[in-house]
Amino acid sequence: MKKAVSLFFIIVCLLGPGVLIAQDTDLLKLVDDDKGKKEIVKNAFKSTRVINGQSIEFLRPGTMDVRILHRFGQLDQGYKNFFGLDQASMRLGFDFGITQNLMVGIGRSTFKKELDAFFKYAPLQQSTGKHSFPLTVALASGITMNGLEWSDPTRKNYFSSRLAYYFQTIIGRKISEGFSLQFSPTLVHKNMVQLETDPNDIYSLGVGGRLKLSKRIAFTWDYFYVFNSPSDNVYHNPLSVGFDIETGGHVFQLHFSNATGMNEPTFITETTGDWAKGEVRFGFNLSRVFQLKKKKLD
Amino acid sequence: MKKINLVLMVILISSISFGQKYFTKNGKINFDATSQNSPERVEAVNRTATCVIDTKTGNIQFAVLMKGFEFEKALMQEHFNENYVESDKFPKAEFKGLIGDNETVNYSKDGTYAVKVRGKLTVHGETQDVETNGKLIVQNGKINVSADFNVILSDYRVSIPGLVADKVSKTAKISVACQLELFKG
Repeated sequence: MKKAVSLFFIIVCLLGPGVLIAQDTDLLKLVDDDKGKKEIVKNAFKSTRVINGQSIEFLRPGTMDVRILHRFGQLDQGYKNFFGLDQASMRLGFDFGITQNLMVGIGRSTFKKELDAFFKYAPLQQSTGKHSFPLTVALASGITMNGLEWSDPTRKNYFSSRLAYYFQTIIGRKISEGFSLQFSPTLVHKNMVQLETDPNDIYSLGVGGRLKLSKRIAFTWDYFYVFNSPSDNVYHNPLSVGFDIETGGHVFQLHFSNATGMNEPTFITETTGDWAKGEVRFGFNLSRVFQLKKKKLD
Repeated sequence: MKKINLVLMVILISSISFGQKYFTKNGKINFDATSQNSPERVEAVNRTATCVIDTKTGNIQFAVLMKGFEFEKALMQEHFNENYVESDKFPKAEFKGLIGDNETVNYSKDGTYAVKVRGKLTVHGETQDVETNGKLIVQNGKINVSADFNVILSDYRVSIPGLVADKVSKTAKISVACQLELFKG
């Protein structure tokens, strides 16, 4: 028995320090246990909009995004109107990040003198690690108010006739570091439409994506297929293609599009330009994010 | 026979006590790359640094998650991770080094020691030799570690575009402050 005990001690004494030395090469492994932590995938898009449509991206909490949007006249007008740059339509907007997955915004467009407001909320966000989820699912909804004079002031006009709404689900994924894709089924409801035969509810499906060309430049596209367009020969599906350029403080979204509207009901259901006829406009979104609530470092 | 056992036991215990390790998982690392005359501060703090010291060999190692660096401005933090250190590709920074004159440090007695630490720092997938003066304070069975040093960002393939050169400096000042406890693993 004694022999066995002392043999045990000898073995331990010989092996013990040896084991310790062997561990010396990587001490960090001893205490490393934070592998597989759940982490939300961020930066699927440079901005909270693909171009016109909402993206699966959110503002960080405590930030305000000032968005200045311009849509110029049609390129095919030639030098007389400087390829459309002589005419500009704009929207000024303020978006606010409330939490990691909730943001709200307001805006005013020159087109139809419209006021708009929206919120966007993501019940599910793409994540990695434990309990990860492959997609981001976001819900966006907004309201717009037409500010033009009544087209027929003699009849009884209701305030509610100025309003339109949209309801959108955005399902998307940052497939790789450089490539993101999203689909957004959308319902636009208008309280008043031009003709009695026009539908009040218009259904559409959006497809948006981003292909990163470098760390700070990305190619983007944004298309909506409208299922029940009021009249196919007047209205067309909005298609926008462009480049996101990030300069550090600003994000510029330079693009070409057949749409003039800068909120969902107008660009989805009231786009009159036709790419096939070259009725395309240049436009840009300028986004500048300000930190309203600064994080304490110490 | 009993004597031999006793001797062996003493050797065994002494070898364990000499091989003590201290660690922390909430060490603090400050990062400051503010350029001179910059209108905004380019600085961040990480409060979740891991540090382990082997008192026997004088090995000292740090690991830090790049996404754990918190900036005052969310956008700056986003750009730090996206455009500069590429945290998705290189999630961790590590330092593996040795405490010079480790034998002069008495870890079992309270005291303050100025030490030289030499080792390899890996950031953004690039490894460079780093040497710095640090301070070890042994107090109530805990070790406080602190050190300041500068790194040249281009050594780690972190490039600063001309557009932000007036805000972001080419060198970053790193300050380390950790309190380590005895590792009972």
